[in-house]
Amino acid sequence: MKVLLSWLREFAPIEGDPAELADHLSDLGMAVEEMRMLPPLDGVVVARVAGLRPHPEADRIQLVDVELPGATGEGTGGALQVCCGAFNMTEGDLVPFATVGTTMPGGLVIGERRMRGQLSQGMCCSAAELELGADAEGIMILPSEFELGAPLMSQLGLAGDVLYDLEVNPNRPDAMSVAGVARDLAARLGVPFRIPAPVVSETGEDVSTVASVEIIDADLCGRFGVRVIRDVSIGQSPLWMQARLTLCGMRPINSVVDVSNYVMLELGTPNHTYDLALVPGGHLGTRRSAGGERLVTLDGSEREMLRGDGLIVDRDDRPIGISGVMGGENTEIGDSTTAVLLELAWWDRLSISRTSQRLGLRSEASMRFERGTDHELVPIALDRFCELLDRVTPGGVSVCRGRLDGRGDLPPTTRVRVRPARMSHLLGRPFSSDELRGLLDPIGLQCTESDDAAPRGAEPDDGALEVTIPSFRPDVVTETDVAEEVARHYGYQRLGRTVPRSPEPGRLTPAQRLRRDLRRVLVGAGLSEAMPNPFLAPDAVRRAGIDGADPVRLLNPLATEESVLRPSLLPGLIAAAAYNSSHRNDSVSLFEIGVVFGPPSAGDADTAAADTSAAAVLPTETEHLGAIWAGGEAADAVHLTELIATAFGLRLSLTNANDLDGMHPVRAAQVLLDGQAVGVVGEVDPVVCERHGLSQRCAWLQVNVEPLLAAASAAAERPYRLVSTYPSSDIDLAFAVPNGVQASQVRSTLLASGGDELRSVDLFDIYRGDQMDPGTRSLAYRLRLQADDRTLTDEQVADIRQRCIDAVEHAHSAVLR
Amino acid sequence: MNGPATDTPASTAADVSPEALLASIDAARGEGLAAVAAAATSDELTQVESTLFGRKAALGQIKQGLGSLPPDQRAAVGRALNEAQQDLRAAHAEAADELAASARREQLQREWLDLTETPPGPERGHLHLVTQTTERLEDVFVGMGFTVSEGPQAETDWYNFEALNLPAAHPARSMWDTLYLDLGERTELGDGEGGEASNVVLRTHTSPVQIRVMEVQPPPIYTICPGRVFRRDTADASHMPVFHQIEGLVVDRGISFADLAGTLEEFTSAYFGKAISSRLRPSYFPFTEPSAEFDITCVICEGAGCQTCQRTGWIELGGCGMVHPNVLANCGIDFEEWTGFAFGFGIDRLALMRHGIDDLRDMYTNDIRFLSQF
Ligand SMILES: [Zn+2]
Repeated sequence: MKVLLSWLREFAPIEGDPAELADHLSDLGMAVEEMRMLPPLDGVVVARVAGLRPHPEADRIQLVDVELPGATGEGTGGALQVCCGAFNMTEGDLVPFATVGTTMPGGLVIGERRMRGQLSQGMCCSAAELELGADAEGIMILPSEFELGAPLMSQLGLAGDVLYDLEVNPNRPDAMSVAGVARDLAARLGVPFRIPAPVVSETGEDVSTVASVEIIDADLCGRFGVRVIRDVSIGQSPLWMQARLTLCGMRPINSVVDVSNYVMLELGTPNHTYDLALVPGGHLGTRRSAGGERLVTLDGSEREMLRGDGLIVDRDDRPIGISGVMGGENTEIGDSTTAVLLELAWWDRLSISRTSQRLGLRSEASMRFERGTDHELVPIALDRFCELLDRVTPGGVSVCRGRLDGRGDLPPTTRVRVRPARMSHLLGRPFSSDELRGLLDPIGLQCTESDDAAPRGAEPDDGALEVTIPSFRPDVVTETDVAEEVARHYGYQRLGRTVPRSPEPGRLTPAQRLRRDLRRVLVGAGLSEAMPNPFLAPDAVRRAGIDGADPVRLLNPLATEESVLRPSLLPGLIAAAAYNSSHRNDSVSLFEIGVVFGPPSAGDADTAAADTSAAAVLPTETEHLGAIWAGGEAADAVHLTELIATAFGLRLSLTNANDLDGMHPVRAAQVLLDGQAVGVVGEVDPVVCERHGLSQRCAWLQVNVEPLLAAASAAAERPYRLVSTYPSSDIDLAFAVPNGVQASQVRSTLLASGGDELRSVDLFDIYRGDQMDPGTRSLAYRLRLQADDRTLTDEQVADIRQRCIDAVEHAHSAVLR
Repeated sequence: MNGPATDTPASTAADVSPEALLASIDAARGEGLAAVAAAATSDELTQVESTLFGRKAALGQIKQGLGSLPPDQRAAVGRALNEAQQDLRAAHAEAADELAASARREQLQREWLDLTETPPGPERGHLHLVTQTTERLEDVFVGMGFTVSEGPQAETDWYNFEALNLPAAHPARSMWDTLYLDLGERTELGDGEGGEASNVVLRTHTSPVQIRVMEVQPPPIYTICPGRVFRRDTADASHMPVFHQIEGLVVDRGISFADLAGTLEEFTSAYFGKAISSRLRPSYFPFTEPSAEFDITCVICEGAGCQTCQRTGWIELGGCGMVHPNVLANCGIDFEEWTGFAFGFGIDRLALMRHGIDDLRDMYTNDIRFLSQF
């Protein structure tokens, strides 16, 4: 929202340093995104085009003789000569002229120079060059009543003006107008604010004889004001109006459209004009569409209405506009229009919001209607329109007597009970009733002493106020909303600062601490943390060899490449490995701890449909650890598994498996935590690697984090096992073991049969070769035996040894070598 | 073997004279010194040692014969014997030291190493910047008495919007470009207004976690909710469809707007340093009232004004406000008895600011050349 300081001053005597005013505006919640001091541009003056001559050397430039009092130059008859690239001037026109030495808004300094051999002694300016408008093509042609030789900005009424670009929050419909901003700022500065009453001389017939209004759906339209203006001649609006509109971001079109926009900017009341001649009987009706109706809007598009959309209809119930959004082409104002039917209505916010969003027709008007306009301004804004159109139309217009004022459902006046104690509690500083009144009355929140003695709520009611909320603040409905107004006008920065203390000390949960530890174990093992996109292309899942999963789809993805939620960390991490490989980093090791998604876990469809609890409808989310070693082998992943087990005191074991999604058919295993499958380890299927352009092996580990951390949390409490002071004995056992038996199984058997005195079992040698029977390999284990309370005798050691041998031979068809 | 007089026939007590004993002491001393001097290695010296000392050594045997001398002559011979023994011990110790030193010199010569020749060893990995930043933030808030809460990334419309005072068709819903999930028949996207409380969205903020905390935990509540959030935004230098936020929630008796301002100020100076302070400006969020924008002193220019802060000296960090009574009521908390505040801001942007990263997308390429810098 852009506002000019000069415009604000039409509503309140706002004085002071423009930068300080900007601080006030920001502090009031209308953040100044940009403040522009309009340059005084004293060097740009009103000059007359005395003659136009072709440039002898160039077609695209002409020579202009510029008449400026007190200046003589190289032009015809002693006028200044200017080379100019625009051809829209005619002899006698007044134009803005930048004299030599002037610094233009863009920083350019005008100097005397030659263009293709011809002297140029200044510059005729376009609106764009002066930053007063968008037109960069032609030179600005000034009104003939402008004073020759006078500074342009003073003639435009813009000298010393300041343009503020404000960011207005959605809950401040009032701040969507010059008047509303002025009201807030005046309250802060302690100066009076008022909206001047427009003066309309009504010279036409009674409006009710030429127009009528019918509100068919009262919940759609709360108020529908109409005026009729005759003797309209459509032309250009005056430059001061064009300049204000341009500076505030609206493009000047013609006098009627410009006045319409001017009133909207000034009072926050969008309005619409119809060519009276095109509206049968001057009748305007408004109702909701039953759906299916069609209308060509002002932008030339045919729009189809849905049930509930607001429509303006004519006497024959024919749609001629979309309520609060856009008018119809069939009643549009044109050059031949002489009588204008002016509509100024108050619409239901949600209806406008729904329709404008659906049609993609967000406009300055719909934006204001959505936030809520002030229905009490309807008659004032109608009059203001007439007053302005009369002023800008040469010869004036004729306004029909009276206004039509159709009424539908308007929101009732809100009254809020405001307790000083509650305000003080919420804002952390004592506020008395008087102080509250002093802050609220100036912004139109009228305070009276509450006569309702019934206490409500926990706060004491002493000095409670009844605050009547004005129609321009539909956002203020509760006591808390009033607290914000109090805080805003008192000043957020002036409220104190205190620090509340939690009765409990702050801390991470055990799982949160252990997750941090886990990340550090991984980093210590040489892996770097990646954060791949959790959105995947449907194809990426299959490319990663994951066939079983039915990934959760997005309903409105930005792109197909990002249309499903990852069911696994593998697609993202292998893509990351491939990305690095393609950038000449072939052997990266990456990990991620992140969520993977699956379909909702709710049981059968019948009961699930009825169960709308969050747990039943939400997709499953499982936190996984994924780790990938580009160029790594299965052993890398197995070692990390062991490292994690050691770091957290976990019993992790592996079971070879050859049908795991995305995994190497013969180099993969399931990771078991206390016998429960919690992940997979090994190498990625070479086919999958190849599909990603990776020619080397990739080691892979994936573990479900939650059970891991839960077990780690439990293991963190593990009791101390006394370090035995008695000597230990080592025995080495080598077995010929069939290939079908996992080394880990042999180990488990050894551990299970060795008894309490068997302290550790380490696989220290593996042999495959000629000396072995086909289908077997040699696995050599070192067993360390030790007792807590005695030195083991040779006999006892021999005994344990035999038990272990017997158990392994018996359980695994293995043979001691 | 070249030992001292071990093979010298032992004198018998009967025919010893002091003179003879003194002569043999002298001889044994001389031989001993020669033997020590001749030992070229520590092994040889060890062998020599065994012949010099002890009962069977030459001097030892002479000592044994001392008893047969008349008492008045014993002193002189004994003294000579001790002196000889001390000489030999000293010579042996010196030789041992010399041999050890020379062995060490040889060893050091053999072991000489240029440590800069070492080929690269195992590398340490790197935590992602987002993780590092999140942990730093968590640590500051934990120090201020907060716990850390987590929740699902896919949420129902209720948790993401409605419970936060954003009923269906609330115009402010357009403040978030929301991604919806397609979960079969139950899904109703409708016209972008949302609606069905059971519609599932990817959370657009971590506020649903606040709701979940308030549903199960009676006040007082002091918690932060860091986590991943999602928007239907095309990736550019300052936007990603997937990014990270941290939100804070305090609900307690007598909590005021001043508590919010004070807490944010304490956080600001703890996280950014004493030179950086905070300010609040009025703003609007459906779930807070009063609402505020939370600015901090520009960390680049420390308030002097620069390009980054558009010469204002301030940077907008996030949003905050007093928890809206409707939100408390939605969680079954009596808003007359309890009041609270909430705040939230982006984690990714803090990481960018800290390290001078211009393009947010760089953080998510997973390029090891990026990751390994931090
Ligand atoms: Zn700065």
